[in-house]
Amino acid sequence: MARTLVNVPAKAKRGEIVEIKTLIQHEMETGYRVGPNGNLLPRDIITDFVCKYNGEQIFRAELFPAIAANPFFTFSTVAIESGTMTFEWTGDNGFSATASAPITVE
Amino acid sequence: MRPVTAVCASLVLGAAAASVIAAEIPLSERKSGYELMGRETRAMQDDDTTNPGMLWVLDGEAIWKRRDGAAGKSCADCHGDAESSMKGVAARYPAFDEARKRPVDLEQRINICRSERQKATPLPPESKELLALTAYVGRQSRGMPIETGSDERLKPFIAAGRDLFNLRQGQINLSCAQCHDDNWGGKLAGAPIPQGHPNGYPLYRLEWQTLGSLQRRLRNCLVGMRAEPFAFGAPEYVDLELYLMWRARGLPMETPAVRP
Repeated sequence: MARTLVNVPAKAKRGEIVEIKTLIQHEMETGYRVGPNGNLLPRDIITDFVCKYNGEQIFRAELFPAIAANPFFTFSTVAIESGTMTFEWTGDNGFSATASAPITVE
Repeated sequence: MRPVTAVCASLVLGAAAASVIAAEIPLSERKSGYELMGRETRAMQDDDTTNPGMLWVLDGEAIWKRRDGAAGKSCADCHGDAESSMKGVAARYPAFDEARKRPVDLEQRINICRSERQKATPLPPESKELLALTAYVGRQSRGMPIETGSDERLKPFIAAGRDLFNLRQGQINLSCAQCHDDNWGGKLAGAPIPQGHPNGYPLYRLEWQTLGSLQRRLRNCLVGMRAEPFAFGAPEYVDLELYLMWRARGLPMETPAVRP
């Protein structure tokens, strides 16, 4: 599975706005580049990213060929309750990667 | 007409002579390319969860522990925990190799280990695995000052690297020194010209959208000068890497750095 790096604050106060950062290793081959043999390299990109907070979707993104390799997302949410943040990336050629991080809300 | 031509000729000669004896940057004025970067790129490098180079470091850690080759050994089987055994190692490379009677860089050292100790096939230059392993070893020296070149036996090779650095090459007839000694801090096509210190390799270059070695960067510069690049692993590159590391002595290592 592709390497991922996620940064979720381990602890937060109830109602606090927390910043979440995610990074994933992916070539994001656009489908417009030419390979050494002169043929087009087939498109191979991540197409969707979803973040769920205790099962509820809080952030979603669609990705397109113009997005750079190793896509990085940063977004914020309100810390409501302790639990788990799960992250899922899906893409071309059956690509799928998941990550999760716990958060404790006091 | 003749006197005018003579004056022109002497002016041109004067300019050429001045650039040949261009002074090296005084030790106190040396700056990492980090200092010329924008706020966002610096922030990206400083945080291990936003620095894309860390993805390769994680890969490298896995390869470090993986058994490979006919000997069935992993790097960890000989070297143990890289966090202690590889601390400061990258800050001393390229280093003199007794068997080869010349300096070898970190990538070459890894491949020598692979073929002689692990009995495995050497990893191709710029391959993901070689970059990952080099980044992982390099990461253990982050923050440590560069010490390359303290070995007496390296003297002639540092001199050879310096000669190459000052040599005008290619269709533009440009030397490395003309940009990185004489005009650092200026602009080239809108981008700042750094002093050219290799203190963060292998590094994640935003333009490449991937991690790359110092040799890839040197190749990039040579192509820009319209000069013919050397083959990966060529002794000329290693001499140049050695001179550049010696020139950057004392600067802290930033591996894996991020550069625009």
